[in-house]
Amino acid sequence: MVSTNRTALPLFLLGAALVAAPLDAQVDFTGEWAPLYHEDGPERGPGPELADYTEMPINDAARMQADSYDADRISVVEEYQCRPHGADYALRGLGQVRIWRDIDPASQRVIAFHMHFLAWDSERTIYLDGRPHPPADALHTFQGFSTGVWEGNMLTVTTTHLKTNYLRRNGLPRSDQATLTEHWTRHGEYLTITTVIEDPVFLTEPLVRSDNWYLDPGQHIGIFGCEYAAEVPRPAGTVPHHLPGTNPNLHEFANWYGLPFEATRGGAETLYPEYRSKITSYNPPGRCTRYCHCTSLFNCNVDSR
Amino acid sequence: MRQPLLRALALSAVVTTLAPAQPRNFDNTQEHLLPVQGNTYMLAGAGGNTTLQVGKDGVLVVDTQYAEMAPKILSEIRKLSDKPIVWMVNTHIDQDHSGGNAALAKLGRGPGPGPRIIAHENVLNRMTQRVPNQPPVPDEALPNDEYGTPQKDLFFNGEAVVIYHMPRAHTDGDSIVFFRRSDVVSVGDIFTPDQWPAIDLARGGSVEGTLDALNYILTLTVPERYQDGGTLVVPGHGRISNEADVVEYRNMLTIVRDRVQDLLKKGMTLEQVKAARPARDYETEYSERGLWTKDMFVEAVYRSLNGNR
Repeated sequence: MVSTNRTALPLFLLGAALVAAPLDAQVDFTGEWAPLYHEDGPERGPGPELADYTEMPINDAARMQADSYDADRISVVEEYQCRPHGADYALRGLGQVRIWRDIDPASQRVIAFHMHFLAWDSERTIYLDGRPHPPADALHTFQGFSTGVWEGNMLTVTTTHLKTNYLRRNGLPRSDQATLTEHWTRHGEYLTITTVIEDPVFLTEPLVRSDNWYLDPGQHIGIFGCEYAAEVPRPAGTVPHHLPGTNPNLHEFANWYGLPFEATRGGAETLYPEYRSKITSYNPPGRCTRYCHCTSLFNCNVDSR
Repeated sequence: MRQPLLRALALSAVVTTLAPAQPRNFDNTQEHLLPVQGNTYMLAGAGGNTTLQVGKDGVLVVDTQYAEMAPKILSEIRKLSDKPIVWMVNTHIDQDHSGGNAALAKLGRGPGPGPRIIAHENVLNRMTQRVPNQPPVPDEALPNDEYGTPQKDLFFNGEAVVIYHMPRAHTDGDSIVFFRRSDVVSVGDIFTPDQWPAIDLARGGSVEGTLDALNYILTLTVPERYQDGGTLVVPGHGRISNEADVVEYRNMLTIVRDRVQDLLKKGMTLEQVKAARPARDYETEYSERGLWTKDMFVEAVYRSLNGNR
């Protein structure tokens, strides 16, 4: 069909462009996203060192719980064998992510984002329809309850109703009273999520971290699969832990890297540059022997040289 | 030998004070109704949580809070059902869980006989013991369907309801109520997810019994998907929970028990154990309820492990 009205087409295109303009700058985050592990690779891939509390604004209670932690707990306590990452740690762990969205047909606005993670097949929903968070006595979940608002091109997500989980997989706890705030930004084929964890139970200051992904349309997220099994015969109700003052592993991390023990204990003070002036006994090893070339999940090995 | 007993009685008095006998003003206290799953709901108001199961046969109520709250509880029940209260269960004796027995039974009864009130026989025995300077508990507030076996079951509103006795846990008369089709277990003060465990030694409670009960609850709960969902747990106080929450609480109590046991083996006195603060890494996580403090919790663990001395 040939248009006979030459002025109608530009007007139509202008109108279409106006209609298609972002509503509240709604950026599309949908797609298959592959994680980049260039930040904190050893912690996120093979796992953190025992008693490495660096970069953590923890209080004494968190420190003592972590000092008491015995890694046998994740196998002896059957309920821990398939315990998933919380919404905060899920962004840092084995983090292949699929994101999709719901669009309200009447308004064409995005009313929800959904995420599926490789780790534990975890799924979460981020509601953008203005609904309130549940009452305080409602059930908590590992992914919590999330709502989002647009701030320009950035999506800011607030998550409450989280279950108790961990800040780091070496026993550093994160409580069920924590609030997780995320700032999602997309730069072409890269996605950055900056997280802020406020935990009145275990943190003295907000913990700020960031994680990055790249768009990977060919990515296939497999089934995680986890099944509880009695792997270590123990009396029912056994909870492995170290009694105060008996954990033999607390100095390993400091000794390997030549750090003063105090600097590995975490706390808000150790996060700031001024703390360097207090470190007087840093004796780095003469040769790198641990996590020397840790740029991806696949070369992040203890003996990589 | 008398002093430890007096201390134990004092601890019991404090636990009882968690649910004061004195009338309080509940005018501004609201009931909050939350669906749990299946046929069950949780009411959070004054005192302990109330669990409701509703259906074609009527209403089953687990724990009745305080007498003054009965009209508000019934008002919430009437949002769900216009049928009479047929069954009531007391998970234990504390007045914030059983104080509304008579008032709620009177308000919620149908044209026939009033509700059957189920509790372990130790609850009835203790309720009927005369306490100096206090009036006796009226007959209509007493359990009228007590049981003395390890479990009691009934079928109501299309599902099996199994009531298990948990010996020597929070008290010696604790029951948990398992709604099998709804897949919900109401556990009373054996589990209070954000509060120190209250172990009422003078009423037969113990730390080992509480741990046994928590571990038993974990045998009933089955998560739906990697520790989320599945069997839901209504605690005595606090939010709706599931297996993962009970695990965290059980872990805390186990670890504190082990620490106190270790200090006992080293010959420490109660005062020395308290000074060592064996629960100090949980002090920001668990709160004090009423007059039940962290120190009282540590003392109860100590005495429970030390033969109530």
